[in-house]
Amino acid sequence: MAGRQIYFDNNATTPLHPEVKKEITAALEMYGNPSSMHAFGREARANVEDVRKRVARFMGADESEIVFTGSGSEANNTVLSLFVCHTAQCIPGMRQTIVTSRIEHPCVLETSDCLKHRGVDVQYLEVDSYGKVDLGQLEETLKEKTVGLVSVMMANNEIGTMQDIPAISELAHRYGALMHTDAVQAFGKVPVNVDDLGVDFLTVSGHKIYGPKGIGALYVRKGIPYCPFIRGGHQERGRRAGTENTLGIMGLGMAVDMRAAEMAAEEIRLQGLKEILRRGIEERIDDAVFNGHPTDSLANTLNVSFPGAEGEAILLYLDLAGIAVSTGSACASGSLDPSHVLLATGVDAERAHGSIRISLGRENTREEVDYMLDVLPGVISKIRNMSTAYIKGGVHASAR
Amino acid sequence: MLQPGEWAYTEKLKEHFEKPKNIMQGDNPDSFDGVGMEGNLQCGDQMMVVINVDREKDTITDCQWKTYGCASAIASTSILSEMVKGMTLDQAFNVSPKDVARELGGLPDHKIHCSVLGDKALRAAINNYFVRNGMDGRVKKEQVKIVCQCMNVTDHDIEDAVLEGARSYYELQERTKLGTVCGQCKDEAEALLVKFKHLHFGI
Repeated sequence: MAGRQIYFDNNATTPLHPEVKKEITAALEMYGNPSSMHAFGREARANVEDVRKRVARFMGADESEIVFTGSGSEANNTVLSLFVCHTAQCIPGMRQTIVTSRIEHPCVLETSDCLKHRGVDVQYLEVDSYGKVDLGQLEETLKEKTVGLVSVMMANNEIGTMQDIPAISELAHRYGALMHTDAVQAFGKVPVNVDDLGVDFLTVSGHKIYGPKGIGALYVRKGIPYCPFIRGGHQERGRRAGTENTLGIMGLGMAVDMRAAEMAAEEIRLQGLKEILRRGIEERIDDAVFNGHPTDSLANTLNVSFPGAEGEAILLYLDLAGIAVSTGSACASGSLDPSHVLLATGVDAERAHGSIRISLGRENTREEVDYMLDVLPGVISKIRNMSTAYIKGGVHASAR
Repeated sequence: MLQPGEWAYTEKLKEHFEKPKNIMQGDNPDSFDGVGMEGNLQCGDQMMVVINVDREKDTITDCQWKTYGCASAIASTSILSEMVKGMTLDQAFNVSPKDVARELGGLPDHKIHCSVLGDKALRAAINNYFVRNGMDGRVKKEQVKIVCQCMNVTDHDIEDAVLEGARSYYELQERTKLGTVCGQCKDEAEALLVKFKHLHFGI
């Protein structure tokens, strides 16, 4: 890539931490199958189990409660798919209703949608204008239905809004439901402790925390009914078949260690950079509207709409200037609908189409934020100058 | 396959996206001889095209535009505005999205629908010129034909569905609900499906 490149898309994925790179490079020499009894296998097994302990410790769990998966999406699919077993013998008496929210990741929404066709009742919690789930609606649903599982994400990937997971867990348990949280965006950015959160299942992913892609982990509380999603092997104590991704697991272990060491100071630094961005945008660009919760939000995530400017055009002009962000516009995804998260918060379609997400990471600097603030106002005014949505007395009713 | 640092679209598209040509100057579209507006903000794209006309020669002397739209919409309208200058009104009326896409060196399938608003708005501007100059007889209506009587689905709906990705009769039904009641329109709808797939995607 020629010229200057600034990566502000850390919620999509992150660059490998240098220590993770070293760990994986060294692990390339370790090719034994952890299931083998000989020395090669035993070495790999020892390393895998060591990482399991470290991941468990970082979230306050027991090592026996950690299942390595191929991704966060697989972990989420695993939890939701437990409930297809309602007609099977393995989990007798499994309750029939799943409650989730409108702003979950597609791997939860599409899986739950699929479950509906397989006889599971799925209820969706609405969110307020900041993206917080409606606890009143949750309690009503728990009262009315026999809910088996509540699945609500800890932090939203698009707008960064954090949910009150302890309160949601407490409600779920009061009515006999199990509690799952997709913590892919929160884990490694804010403290995650499974007992403080009160969850029965929790999903994490390697590549959002400067670890490798293709590795995730699922926390499953001891004594909770469980059914494997991928069958046919004794690996992970029979909970996830398939030879362990030893490279990915070693990378995840180091990524977790690095987060344990760096997270607290890093989040304060990123919060500071985000505030500089927010204030800079407010000062330099007319009519910017920020999406998501103003305070109860991931320190690294800033989602903002620019009325009159379409998101894909913003993204691509920034890309030409060497800056990488993402957008809630439909145009960038190839679908016709803008961000389901923004729409769920009550943002109208035009504002959703005109949104961008800036997600900061450990490699971003103050100087990069200043460069962004130099470039962005020109991009927005260039787009607005050619925008029909900025014509005074424009023909269209919703034109500004 | 894209190489690192390579633009996701053609060089021509990138050129017109970086430096769009003929963006409408001033904020009074009615100062032009013809004004056309298509699309809406809720759907994420809206296009306005304005033209000036040489009455004697019946040709377009100037074509300017504004859009609320993505890179493909910006670039395709920029290039359209260059193409139609000097054309007769009849020639300009017949410019198709395919002509524009060809001029841009091709567009990815899922971006075709972003590029069709420009020529629609241009046709609306030409018709607007006719109306404003007492030439109502020359106004060319976009013929709309109801294909599925039961679900009130038109040929335009079918064209939109194809632009949005429908490739089979089943996908067409998923998007438009046509043929889901009496089913008598199946042959006609399938013929239109073939026609629009060929027109827009050459398949």
